[in-house]
Amino acid sequence: MIRNLLIATALCLSAPTLAKTITVAPGADAQERIQEALILAEPGDVVELGAGRFDLVDGLSLDVDRVTIRGAGMDQTVLNFAGQLGAGEGLLVTSDHVVLRDFAIEDSKGDGIKSKGADDIVYYKIRVEWTRGPHAENGAYAIYPVESRNVLVDSVITIGSSDAGIYVGQSENIIVRNSVARYNVAGIEIENSIGADVHDNIAVNNTGGILVFDLPDIPKQGGRNVRVFDNIVVDNNTPNFAPAGNIVAEVPTGMGIMVMSHYEVEVFENRLAENGTGNILIVSYTKEQNDPKYNPKPIGVRVFDNIHGRAGYKPAFPGGEQLKAAFGGAIPPIIEDGTGEKILIGDDVAILSMGLTAPGQPLTEARPSIVAGASAPFEGRKLKQIVLPEAMEAAIR
Amino acid sequence: MRLLVSVCAILGLAVSVGAREPEPVADAVILADDLPRLLSDYRFFRDDAGWQPNGGVVPYRLNMPLFSDYAEKYRFIYVPPGQQAKADGDGLLDFPVGSALIKSFGYQLDGKPRLLETRVLLHRADGWLALPYVWNEEQTEARLKVAGARIPVRFTDPAGRERSTSYAVPNKNQCKECHALSGAVTPIGPKARNLTRDGQLPAFARLGLIDREPVIDYRVPLWGEETASLNDRARGYLDVNCAHCHNVDGSASNSGLFLTYEEAMPVRIGINKRPVAAGRGSGSHDFDIAPGDADGSIMIYRMKSLDPGISMPEVGRSLVHDEGVELLSKWIAEMD
Repeated sequence: MIRNLLIATALCLSAPTLAKTITVAPGADAQERIQEALILAEPGDVVELGAGRFDLVDGLSLDVDRVTIRGAGMDQTVLNFAGQLGAGEGLLVTSDHVVLRDFAIEDSKGDGIKSKGADDIVYYKIRVEWTRGPHAENGAYAIYPVESRNVLVDSVITIGSSDAGIYVGQSENIIVRNSVARYNVAGIEIENSIGADVHDNIAVNNTGGILVFDLPDIPKQGGRNVRVFDNIVVDNNTPNFAPAGNIVAEVPTGMGIMVMSHYEVEVFENRLAENGTGNILIVSYTKEQNDPKYNPKPIGVRVFDNIHGRAGYKPAFPGGEQLKAAFGGAIPPIIEDGTGEKILIGDDVAILSMGLTAPGQPLTEARPSIVAGASAPFEGRKLKQIVLPEAMEAAIR
Repeated sequence: MRLLVSVCAILGLAVSVGAREPEPVADAVILADDLPRLLSDYRFFRDDAGWQPNGGVVPYRLNMPLFSDYAEKYRFIYVPPGQQAKADGDGLLDFPVGSALIKSFGYQLDGKPRLLETRVLLHRADGWLALPYVWNEEQTEARLKVAGARIPVRFTDPAGRERSTSYAVPNKNQCKECHALSGAVTPIGPKARNLTRDGQLPAFARLGLIDREPVIDYRVPLWGEETASLNDRARGYLDVNCAHCHNVDGSASNSGLFLTYEEAMPVRIGINKRPVAAGRGSGSHDFDIAPGDADGSIMIYRMKSLDPGISMPEVGRSLVHDEGVELLSKWIAEMD
């Protein structure tokens, strides 16, 4: 009897409170109703946003673990921030094991959705868009996970970011897949992060399609282990509209895939075409910096089995036009600055080296030449596939 | 029926008149694990209007206050009976479980002080909890608004300028945005180095509110203390207005811009530091602080903006703090 009682007590103590669904419909006081739902939600709950347009005046935020925010579809449930008065983003998530799916964020004043220190986060079938198209006063990042471990971005669409559409920064163990980035400055950017698979995405009409960067004076450094594969990276020729001062303002218009500084990057089996400056660019960080922990060079970059269409017909960097003339109308589709180490290029196309010898050396000192790629076949695949916790994959099945 | 009502009213009146000695602060309410709906549930104040602190609720002032749209702020510390906060040098006082920090915000409206909101920070067994309470029109009751609120106000600022704004009461998550260190809520204001005015620290020690009067190595200057060095005043301003997010464990940790009073590395406080994720917050400038060039510095650009995609701080400011901009502009202009 006592034993049964003990078991019953144990069951009571361990039984989780029943997960519930909190439904919020569009209409008056949407701001307060959604925000209240996000604050009063308990772990396991679903906050369901009805179909229609929610007009919001302030940023929203979620700080409860294991909550799902679900709309009726990325074109059906629209959170509109055109009238936003405060907060640096449309939605801020600071808790773990959160799933965001099936809704849109439009016209937020700063970033679209930021998740900071939010581990095991899933973005699925989300659209973040600045509806006026490319504009310097659009928000910086559409989808912005930072300082997080285990990040899944799947089947999202980002349009019009004045920095990067999908930006994963200072994070670990990341998958960005099946997504579309259009008319952003950078379509997809992995920055100062460790371990990312970027695959089966479409990056089109951005300034630069996919960027893999490591920058100085940032708390988390030593970006490494990024694979970029099976993506379609086409026609990224939208003139750079990033506000000056930001690193992406330096990205030359017409860029396909760009690797800057960084350790261990594999770029393979992508389809690249119609990128006016080049399909693939591998360079050092060039600005002055005094960060003793920072490596400005690209080290260990392997490029192979990519399919190249036309590129290099409108090189948007100083001296580009002269080079183009020298090469008879288009520079090679793959460009490296010459400073990198252990750069292996197996693609069967011409490679242009700028012939620089140290990071930060000005382009005026470039000694451009065609260089031979790595002798094929070489072993390009060294990095392991990124595997996320099963619960994250299950959340979108 | 009518008679009954008036009898009750008279009885009620008698009870309230008779209540000379108010009930003490409701320790159980501070410590409970729910969200009290009314500010009066805690009994921090003797009066319904939230002006007269109850026994054990001690008012305090900061040397350098956080700018909050020129609101006047009234701050109180409550430490449960028989307990003390521990003082540790210049830093944050270490409050025991059961303590509360209470801060009311208001303006002089039509010549009368009027409260808009009161924020409480409760030290519960599982950590600190920040909650915002919004005052009613009659100023008789402040009610919990976890989702925050916007309140239109029109007032005269200390320099005599007419101002109007949509005053923002932060929501519970926004409270935490500023009050979070490594993801846990913590007090910000009552650091000993920012409490040295008006003989407060020795007085707190005498009252037994703190365990001893701390030795302060490097106090924060008073706001407007013209005799303090420009550098100390500027760094104090950054510490109080920015460093709660801009520190290694704060909400802006990813920026690499760390504005605490202790930070010694020039690039970390923004000198010749390039932005990380500023977006259009950069204002097309290259550095957070460009020495000698205040108007070419991202810091000043963002302090002058009211656009949510640009302005800093991100939370708690809907007006430009002209005097703060002036102080930091002077500091940057005089840098080599």
